[in-house]
Amino acid sequence: MASEGHGHDLPGLAHHFDSYAQQRDSATLGMWTFLVTEILFFGGLFAAYGVYRSLYPEVFRASSHTLSIQLGTFNTVVLIASSLTMALAVRGGQTGKGKLAAALLVLTLILGSVFLVVKGFEYHEKFVEHHVPGASFHFEGPDAPHAQLFFSLYFLMTGLHALHMIIGIVLVGYVAIRAASGAYTPENYNFLEGTGLYWHFVDLIWIFLFPLLYLIGRH
Amino acid sequence: MPAHVQPVRVYFGVFAALMAFTALTVFASFVNLGHANTFVALGIAAAKATLVILYFMHVKGNTKLVPVVILSGLFFLLLLFLFLAADYGTRGWLGVPGR
Repeated sequence: MASEGHGHDLPGLAHHFDSYAQQRDSATLGMWTFLVTEILFFGGLFAAYGVYRSLYPEVFRASSHTLSIQLGTFNTVVLIASSLTMALAVRGGQTGKGKLAAALLVLTLILGSVFLVVKGFEYHEKFVEHHVPGASFHFEGPDAPHAQLFFSLYFLMTGLHALHMIIGIVLVGYVAIRAASGAYTPENYNFLEGTGLYWHFVDLIWIFLFPLLYLIGRH
Repeated sequence: MPAHVQPVRVYFGVFAALMAFTALTVFASFVNLGHANTFVALGIAAAKATLVILYFMHVKGNTKLVPVVILSGLFFLLLLFLFLAADYGTRGWLGVPGR
């Protein structure tokens, strides 16, 4: 049935594609189209951040200094390391090494979870310090009411990022199981590649969030 | 035709560069450069993002349609930023009460 009218019956090649290369390019292009919508989605938040930071630079600076630079840097290293293990896992799928890919995916999953646990501790500290916007918000320093703008954006941006991480971890867990059972071949590892693109996208967002939230004028 | 496979050393090289840039951006935030601090931080982030996109996300050596899609997205992101900046940057100019 796969060859009906198309003259091929190759494993893992959908009947509406002529070749594996065409199928792979289509999958990549589709994933990137989705990621561009994600970039614009986060872009709105970055734009809001830019507006309010330009309006209230001092309070953004003071608020930023309440974040832990150590934890932020640690998490940046963890996330970039997870991107490395993800990229190597995709390479494993590409070269037909399913078991290696699965092991690297599990490592990616662990690193992603470490990031979220650290983020959880950071959030906890914000709750303890009453730095969560709302009725019990309390901030020492000049122009304290506008500090809520910084912390609203902090929780919205890192929270949305964390939500993407959770979705990413679920996807990575799924492809790890599939990779271990040899589902990915050099001809078709498209789902693994797509998951990798998603994971790297989450890393990309953090690459911008980290300096914008944690590193405002530390001197 | 199978996909282009990058050597493992490319991945480790990119990882090392990303680590170096991370150290650099933390260090740069402790140096007083005035307004330039923000642009240095964003420049380093853009360099890191470019490395991730080109090598980890395989845009280098992939179909040329992908950069077109990415750049079109970035173009609209730029429109958003530019028009917002034009709006907020010029609001006080006419002296209209309530802006």
